[in-house]
Amino acid sequence: MKIKLYITVLGLAFVCNTATSQDVLIRHATVLTITKGTMTNTDVLVRDGIISEIGTNLRAPRGIEEVDATGKFLMPGIVDAHSHIALSSVNEGSSPVTAEVTMEDVTDPYDIGIYRALAGGVTTSHTMHGSANVIGGQNETIKHRYGKTDPDDLRFLGAPRTIKFALGENPTRSHGRRGSQGGGGIVPATRMGVEQVLRSSFENGKRYMESWDAYEIDVKTNPRAVSPEYNDRMEIMADILRGEILVHCHSYRADEIAMLMRVLADFGVTKITFQHANEAFKVAPELAAFGASASVFADWWSYKMEVYYSTAYNAAILMRNGVLTSINSDSGELNRHLYHEAAKSQRYGGLTDDEALSMITINPAIQLGIQDRVGSIEIGKDADLALYSAHPLSVYAIPEQTFVDGKKYFDRTTDPDDMRIQVSPTASFSSYETQITGKDHFHGDNEILDFEELFGVVLETTTSTSTSN
Amino acid sequence: MNLLLTFILAFLTLFQQQDQEQKARQGTYAITNARIETVSDGTIENGTIVIQGDRIIAVGKNVTIPPGAEIIDGTGMHVYPGMIDSGTSLGLTEIGSVAETNDTNEIGEITPHMDALTAINPNATAIPVTRLSGVTTVIAEPSGGLLPGTAAMVNLFGYTAEQMQVGNAKMLVLQFPVKRTGGGRGGFGGGRGGFGNGAASDPDEEYKKALDKLNEVWDRAELYNRIEEAYTSSPQGKVRPVYAPEMDAIRPVLIGERTLMVKVDSEPAILAAITWVKERKIQKVVFSGVSEGWRVADKLAEAGISCLVGPMLATPTRGSDRYDRAYSNIGIMADAGVKVAIRSGESENVRNLPFNAGFAAAYGLGKEAALRAVTLGPAEMFGIDKDFGSLSVGKKANLFISDGDPFETATNILVLFIDGFNVPIESRHLDLYKEFLNRDEGRLKPVEVLPAGN
Repeated sequence: MKIKLYITVLGLAFVCNTATSQDVLIRHATVLTITKGTMTNTDVLVRDGIISEIGTNLRAPRGIEEVDATGKFLMPGIVDAHSHIALSSVNEGSSPVTAEVTMEDVTDPYDIGIYRALAGGVTTSHTMHGSANVIGGQNETIKHRYGKTDPDDLRFLGAPRTIKFALGENPTRSHGRRGSQGGGGIVPATRMGVEQVLRSSFENGKRYMESWDAYEIDVKTNPRAVSPEYNDRMEIMADILRGEILVHCHSYRADEIAMLMRVLADFGVTKITFQHANEAFKVAPELAAFGASASVFADWWSYKMEVYYSTAYNAAILMRNGVLTSINSDSGELNRHLYHEAAKSQRYGGLTDDEALSMITINPAIQLGIQDRVGSIEIGKDADLALYSAHPLSVYAIPEQTFVDGKKYFDRTTDPDDMRIQVSPTASFSSYETQITGKDHFHGDNEILDFEELFGVVLETTTSTSTSN
Repeated sequence: MNLLLTFILAFLTLFQQQDQEQKARQGTYAITNARIETVSDGTIENGTIVIQGDRIIAVGKNVTIPPGAEIIDGTGMHVYPGMIDSGTSLGLTEIGSVAETNDTNEIGEITPHMDALTAINPNATAIPVTRLSGVTTVIAEPSGGLLPGTAAMVNLFGYTAEQMQVGNAKMLVLQFPVKRTGGGRGGFGGGRGGFGNGAASDPDEEYKKALDKLNEVWDRAELYNRIEEAYTSSPQGKVRPVYAPEMDAIRPVLIGERTLMVKVDSEPAILAAITWVKERKIQKVVFSGVSEGWRVADKLAEAGISCLVGPMLATPTRGSDRYDRAYSNIGIMADAGVKVAIRSGESENVRNLPFNAGFAAAYGLGKEAALRAVTLGPAEMFGIDKDFGSLSVGKKANLFISDGDPFETATNILVLFIDGFNVPIESRHLDLYKEFLNRDEGRLKPVEVLPAGN
């Protein structure tokens, strides 16, 4: 009985605690709102995880935690529009079209990469399917609520559905030249093939959608109406056509970017973000006219043929041509310093502070359809905030604290060194692992590891079979 | 901010226009009124630096400018010695995934006779891209196997190996054996166990084998060296020993003429490598990589081994490590008394060396030490400090003018000297920018943009 009571009391205390842990008052910061300019010596009040007041000398609600940010810079939590952290698998490489699979099913809340991203001020990641397939799986937008162990607790509730497409070398290598089963010979092997895979998928999706629409009308008056056959892949194609799923397309070359815009125009799909898009700068006026946006690297190039004719001025050219542009990481290393990646657009093209910062905040938020919730410091928005020791575009800036929904998930001074929340009992407690570095472009969804991620198991099976033979 | 930017762009355009008609040219130049960071002798405000031929002939506040010198007004600008990247594969690779363009890794485990200088392409697209960041000099390394070959230090301007080579700075690369820990790999990165091994092999046994192999190679090299020395000291009446190129390539290290560059990262490997170089009495040695140097910084300091550290822009080496360990590693080592230089480990993005230095500075190394670690520090380690690494009279003119701190992300390099050549500020990245910023401005009648109604 007594124990039960204790538990109840403890439970209540816990509940109260959780409520207040989403309240915070950050004092005397230089606030980089992104959308409404920069405010010096400004307070930001957060209630229940929402930014409720911005101003000077705000009255502190009783008992609220205060953070003295004198001399420090507060910016919105960074939004990474292309990431593969917090995923237990990435590529369903078994077919050129796999629209039906979703990263929602493989969210891994234990990944230390989530904490490392937080330690760089990143609060939201668009966790994406790989680039093996022309039409890959659906992506999942998450918030970095590191420490929660239920995958559902990481989801960005209300974020629109998105899907991964891929053009160029990756799908042609994965299917045409090497093949879904390792042997090659499945369309596409060329950029022509990629277009036709897209066109037939959209056409089939359209017919599927129309047959269901006709049935829905028919069934109202005709009780004997027979429904079309259900197809989970076509359901997704239909939802893309209805505008309910945003397309994020892995792409590099200008010609293939233009090709996808033509295909989408033919099928009435209007919302498209080109991911990587190293050559988007060559068709910037076309992107602007279509209303397409781009999510690019700051300076990655030359790791494969289709990024050889790149320029680090890509982001600046796109922005100056009126293309909504973001800078993403696609890497468990780069995502820890996206503020620095954004700053490179000042060296390469002289973008202003607000332009540079918009590319890691409000612009990726718009590309993910979550701009009403995150991406700027405004009253009513989620209190996803990052506090820096200096202006975040300085190479010497150090992220110090990161908040998601008003709750502090990273604190440089008080967090212990070892922040893992799951340690495999079979692994040695602390063992050397290979580092991810800036050179590891291959380890994104781009390159050679693709093949291992895709076919490693197949190869191993084959090998062991031949061994037993 | 915007005003400054406009000013910088105007400055940049001025020099670019001037350079468009110009080749890289040696001559007599005077950079006046600039803030000169000498590295060896502090900062000179409103100073002048005079370059003649390939050398700096004057630096200071009150300098007589030789008649006929081309004056470069450095008012409001900064002059720094060219940065040195102590570990790259620049010039050895053009396009990462295209095998035909990669010359880093020769067949075989024991290929110390492979010379990186031979395969560095002076016309690699990444070279001009790199030098626009103020990096004027790099070590280019072969890789793969136990003894992949000989690394070389080169300037990032020149049309032949001879024009690019810096001093005779070559280093024999040794990839020190690593014990496989079998730890889980988190997400991407990290190698996989070899295919087709049947039963998993014992990491201890594997490691012992690798170390035995290294020792066997070294025993043979020492024997070869003794035979060669015995023969060359008195060849009469002796049979000329059989030529073994692999063994021959190790000799310069054995006789103390060449530096052994030991690639080593994990704590146990670092400790084993310290013991090994001591036992083998290697006279000139540096460690390269050293990502877990912070764990054994005192031991490295005690052994007096200089370290080429980096990249800083990397994840921690262990899941249990503090998130910023790769940033702070070099600072911890320097605090313990280890002599350090910075390496980016990059190929096409060696231009990020200054940012590696910036992160190192912010996370404990400090700006001054970080600057030293990309200039005079490595120059001293490789015995080229007479010619490189700082701005003083008599040194080679490897330097740049920037509009600010070269580690700061927004800074631009405006004028660049390598080996006394005033090198044009041009690269493919800049060319594409100029061509595509206003792509259609030369077109009289616009073509309808997409969608064109297929």
